[in-house]
This record gives sequence, structure tokens and C-alpha cells, in this order.
Amino acid sequence: MTLTKRIIPCLDVKNGRVVKGLHFESIKDAGDPVELAEKYSNEGADELVFLDITASDEQRKTIKDLVRKVASVIDIPFTVGGGVKSLEDARNILLNGADKVGINTGAIKNPNVISELMKLFGRQCVVVAIDAKRNYDLKKDKNIFSENGKKFWFEVFIYGGKEATSIDVVEWAKKVEKLGAGEILLTSIDKDGTKDGYDLVLTREIVNSVSIPIIASGGCGKPDDMVNVFKESNADAALAASIFHYQTHGVNGVKKYLKDKQIPVRL
Amino acid sequence: MVNLAIFDYGAGNIFSLKNSLEKAGATVDVITNFDKPNIYSGLLLPGVGNFDPAIKSISKSKTNFHEYVKDNTPVLGICLGMEMFFEKSEEGNEKGLGVIEGDVIVLPQSMKVPHMGWNNLEIKKSGKILEGVKNESWVYFVHSYRVNPINCDAITAESDYGIKVPAVIEQDNFFGTQFHPEKSGNVGKIMIQNFLNVCKK
Repeated sequence: MTLTKRIIPCLDVKNGRVVKGLHFESIKDAGDPVELAEKYSNEGADELVFLDITASDEQRKTIKDLVRKVASVIDIPFTVGGGVKSLEDARNILLNGADKVGINTGAIKNPNVISELMKLFGRQCVVVAIDAKRNYDLKKDKNIFSENGKKFWFEVFIYGGKEATSIDVVEWAKKVEKLGAGEILLTSIDKDGTKDGYDLVLTREIVNSVSIPIIASGGCGKPDDMVNVFKESNADAALAASIFHYQTHGVNGVKKYLKDKQIPVRL
Repeated sequence: MVNLAIFDYGAGNIFSLKNSLEKAGATVDVITNFDKPNIYSGLLLPGVGNFDPAIKSISKSKTNFHEYVKDNTPVLGICLGMEMFFEKSEEGNEKGLGVIEGDVIVLPQSMKVPHMGWNNLEIKKSGKILEGVKNESWVYFVHSYRVNPINCDAITAESDYGIKVPAVIEQDNFFGTQFHPEKSGNVGKIMIQNFLNVCKK
């Protein structure tokens, strides 16, 4: 038996509540994070990801309590990210019970924090989250891809998709692997919330560019989207939110479906 | 009531482990050295950190590890904690605790490293930690190294990751899991309970 593909429900947390948006905007309420965590854990989720999208630093301090509460009700691994800027932020999350810390904007602003985290807590704790968006304004020094006759490159966005960086996602992925990331959480901004499937070009290219595990994210609307991302890109894990939050499919139902389609999963 | 100690090397997340032991009915102290007398019915070496800093943090006490557990205190080493039982590791330069003969070697680069995710247990023989655990049960791994004991009798379960990875070892009062029982759902819960039962005796 080889390693199974991981199915990861994602909980975007804002001011202590789980929320869900479209293209990172128009947010609505989806429930209590601790209750949802326990439910997904019991239903057979392989891991959980919490992204704190709370706006202000003041409100974000409550994340520590949330991490402790979640850690005490589940017995599967979980990652907490959102607003992590420093080693101290990461330490606060890990010492309160998270298994991994997700870092995104903070890593772009100060890439060394990836190495510092890796040295202190080990590579397995460090998840670099990359928000990627197709850019059709072609430039010489970027990795160019094409789909349906259109050419584009993948640009890294920060601050929850609000700010472009002109950094090439492929290059950034390779760099974070070198710096000590244990895993990459790769989100397509173009696909986020659309429910029409993962960005297969993006996922495939990044899987092929690095040797650390890749979590595909953004666009999952049905179990077949997961089947496609595993078959077409060899991603290690698939993250989804809406299909779990709104009860369209339970975690167990999704995994049974995947197994029927010959995707190795833990049941 | 079983009173256990978790050794904290300073960097790792021990909250989940502590929580899972308490849920199983133990009282748990977190210790950072072996300076006080051993009053515990079991000791845990947790699984997060790097080899050299963890070994250094264990070796700095006035009482050494061997002395501390010489009355056959059951010790459960998880992941890095199990790796420290051995004589040396490719992860570092420090000498291991040397309670089990053999070394710790890096996983082959032909596979993705770290080995991260849920994998099956192939149970080789019965053991105290594996009591009530079914063959092919799923457990959660996250590691870049594997143990390589000279005496293969110590291995009670393996996992297949391109090569056979020793997953559970038992030798005398030393128990080790390469995976994280505290993160392995119900199967992990059974193993935590089994360790508590060993400590009760």
C-alpha cells in the first residue's frame, strides 16, 4: 500500500466564525469552528486547515483560544494559518496545539522566517500557502503556460488575494522548498469559490516543479473535481470548503466516491 | 490513576499528546529535565523537533536517561522520540540514547520526503502496544528518517513507503512508534490506552 491521498476540509475563520466567500470576497457564515472541526474529524477527514482571515491584529489574538479548543476535540493533524508574520506568531500557534503552521504573506515579506521555523520546529510543521492567479500579460522572465489557446503565467498574490507581487508561482514554490517548507498549500484565486474544479494546469506544474507534498485548493464543487485533480496532477492532498460546509457531501461520502474511482484513500 | 511524564525538548507541540493521555485517564506532568526523582509510572518522548537539540536537551540533566528509567519505567518514544532510542542518526551528530542497537537513516529520495500522511500498518507480530489493533489499520506519519535496528525482532509492525519502514518497535520497557498515535484517530487511541495499561502494571 502506498500513501493515501488526503482529503482536507478547510475552515476560513473570521472573528471566531467559519465563513465562506467567492474569489476571496462576498463572505457568508458557515458555522462554529470547533463544532465543525469535531464533526469533520469524526466523519473521517484526514486533516483540517484553519485560515484566520480576521481583519485586525487585535481580534486575531483570540486565535490562541480557538487553536486550544480545536486541539482538544480532534485527534487528526491540523494546520493553522492566516496573519502569521513572525516566528513568535508561529510559535504561539504551534505551542497551543496546532501541528503545522501556514504562512503566506509573511513568507513573501520575510522569506527567512521559513528557514527559522524549519530549524526550530522541523520541516513538517511548515506549510507555505501560495495564492496564485493567472496573469495574461506575458513577460519574458516568467514561466508561460497555455490552456484553450490562451497563454498566461501564474502570479503570487498576498494579503488575501488583494495585492499582486509580480512573483512567478513556479519560482516561488521552488524557493520555499529550498528554504525549508514541508508542504505547499496551493490555492487558485481564479477558481476559489467557483465550484467548477481545481486549476489543473497550476496544480500539475507545481507538483512537477518541487518534491514536497502539494495540497490542491480552490474550486472544488463536487467529488469528481477531486478525482480529476488526483488523476490529472498527482497532487498529494485536496482541500475543499463548500462541499463540506453546506452538507452537499459528507467527508465519508466523498472518500467512498474517491475509492470507487480507484483513488487511494483512508476509509 | 496512572501518572506519566512527557519530556519537553522545548520546541515541540506536546499539547495533543498530553491531551490524548489525559483523555485516556492519565495524569500528566511535563518535565524538562531529570533532576527530580522519577515518580512516574511511564515516560513519553514526544515526536516533534530535531535530533541534536532534542538529545542535548535530554542529556543536560544531572541524572542521565538510563539512570532515570533503570527501574524499567515504560518509555514510549514517538517519531523523533523513538529515533532517539538508537545509537546514532543521519539527522545529527550527537550520540543517541543507545538503548536499542542500530541507527537512524534518511528515507530514500526516490519517494517524497517527508513521508507525510496516512499509511497502513503491516503487523509482524503481537506486541503490547498493538493489542486490539487490526492489521492494515491507518496511522498518521510525518517523518524524513527511519530506524534501522540491528535486531529485527524488535520490529512489531512495518509500513510500506516504497521500502519497509519500521512503524512500531518494542524491546524490554522501550516502545516506539514512527507515526503519531495522538494524531491517528481511533487506532491511535487504542495504542495510547495500551501504553497506559503497560504503565499500570
